[in-house]
Amino acid sequence: MNDADFSALRLTLELAGLTTVLLLLIGTPIAWWLARTRSWLKSPVGAVVTLPLVLPPTVLGFYMLIAMGPGGFLGHLTQSLGLGLLPFTFPGLVLASVIYSMPFMVQPLQNAFEAIGDRPLEVAATLRASPLNAFFSVAIPLAKPGFVTASILSFAHTVGEFGVVLMIGGNIPDKTRVLSVQIYNHVEALEYTQAHWLAGGMLAFSFLVLVAVNAFKPGSKGKEP
Amino acid sequence: MKSVEARFHLDRKDFTLQVDLSLPGRGITALFGPSGSGKTTLLRCMAGLEHAPDGYLSVAGEIWQDGDYFLPTHKRRLGYVFQEASLFPHLDIRRNLEYGMRRTGIRRIELDGAIELLGIAHLLERRSENLSGGERQRVAIARALLVNPGILLMDEPLAALDLARKQEILPYLEKLHEDLKIPILYVSHSPDEVARLADHIVVLDKGRAVAQGSLPETLARLDLPIRLGEDAGVVIEAVIGARDEDWHLIRADFAGGELWVRDNGMPVGRRVRVRILARDVSLSLAHQEHTSILNLLQGTVIEIADDAHPAQSLVRVDVGGTPIVSRLTKRSAASLGLAPGLPVRVQIKTVALIG
Repeated sequence: MNDADFSALRLTLELAGLTTVLLLLIGTPIAWWLARTRSWLKSPVGAVVTLPLVLPPTVLGFYMLIAMGPGGFLGHLTQSLGLGLLPFTFPGLVLASVIYSMPFMVQPLQNAFEAIGDRPLEVAATLRASPLNAFFSVAIPLAKPGFVTASILSFAHTVGEFGVVLMIGGNIPDKTRVLSVQIYNHVEALEYTQAHWLAGGMLAFSFLVLVAVNAFKPGSKGKEP
Repeated sequence: MKSVEARFHLDRKDFTLQVDLSLPGRGITALFGPSGSGKTTLLRCMAGLEHAPDGYLSVAGEIWQDGDYFLPTHKRRLGYVFQEASLFPHLDIRRNLEYGMRRTGIRRIELDGAIELLGIAHLLERRSENLSGGERQRVAIARALLVNPGILLMDEPLAALDLARKQEILPYLEKLHEDLKIPILYVSHSPDEVARLADHIVVLDKGRAVAQGSLPETLARLDLPIRLGEDAGVVIEAVIGARDEDWHLIRADFAGGELWVRDNGMPVGRRVRVRILARDVSLSLAHQEHTSILNLLQGTVIEIADDAHPAQSLVRVDVGGTPIVSRLTKRSAASLGLAPGLPVRVQIKTVALIG
């Protein structure tokens, strides 16, 4: 592995780590709302959040590129804030990854929150806990396996993204060139040995991720006495 | 004595709750009725877990709901025991107990009191999944008491337990009854629990309160004989007055006289409840010298009413201030010439000691 490979690895971990942290902050309230609401908005909002799951990454990347560009609403916003334009920058890549990996955070969390049901929160209310207090003292601890699964999946999914990265980030060394793009570069250049190292690493990583996710599934540890 | 005033109107697709209740500020009030009669819904409305838009609720002088005003559950001074114990699985028993305490600033000494009252000292370091159903429910009751409630709401706390576990918890509930100075609302469809625990009863049917009042008086009402179990009957408060070692009997003394019952080992001086079913009570005019019936009392006929079957009557007799209900055939009632005010001898064939 050469310096460019290590740089791509570092960039990938930074991107995936930052995306996961941001998704925990953004995805948790969305998942909570989706799990608890009886509003008619539940199904359209749920569909929007899930869209990246079924949409081709290039389609998603294309629309995000337009939105972030000089003529798009995000482009206008970032320019008027003096931040310049987001495409082909690391922040732009983070924003795209957050949207792209959103369903991998929201869906496991929503399932975990729904599995808790109303009862523990009602109990908390009869024990004088305000709704916000009950959320932090009861809902989050009870949804812990969901948080672990959601974080692992979001991280892994961000590590593996390619299409959106290429559309939004391009292929700029040290700025937007992540592992999946670097593998592509190696293959293009017929550097199969280096491609093997990176691809094999990704394969092992993905396998370990799935093992970890299974280990955190509730009920898989045989907790029943 | 401060009390509970509750008026609720709640429309559901298949069911309407419409009640107007005034409940005493002490003792156990049973909300009794078949499943689907609205007992749990009423309790949830009182806790604020269910929002009946048109309602009024005041507890011990504090208004919890009135018109548009709706105090959220976590600001109501109540304790709630759910049908399943619902302990927090992510906390051990001690931290379950402390959950509400830390949010109400209860003193440690009250923790010790609740732990002793419910006999759970040996469970504190365990997790809820390692407790039996009965132990869990005892912890849940202690946890509900540790928020210093002004009223304790219990939703069929024994319904999910088997008979042995019920027997294990009932003594603790009786202790609560004696020790607590707050009112307890106790939802139940079990006649045995009601007969054993309740001072006051609200009978619910299809979302309406069809009767409310003190337990002995309500059970003795002939216009709606409430069947505690398979038959109409009364419950009498009594004290064990004497023990007859030779015949293995104990004497239960009540306002209207004495009843001899099989000795079940209860100590003299203990307060008990006695249940007498209408079918076990017969009436006669003359004093019967030769009879196998042990318990003979003197009473006065108060009221005669038709029973469910056209051949039978229910007769309410006053025995020294205590009402007792007897079931007779109409033919017997006619041949005795029973009428309100007539003195009669009351023969009680079977007496059950409860609690």
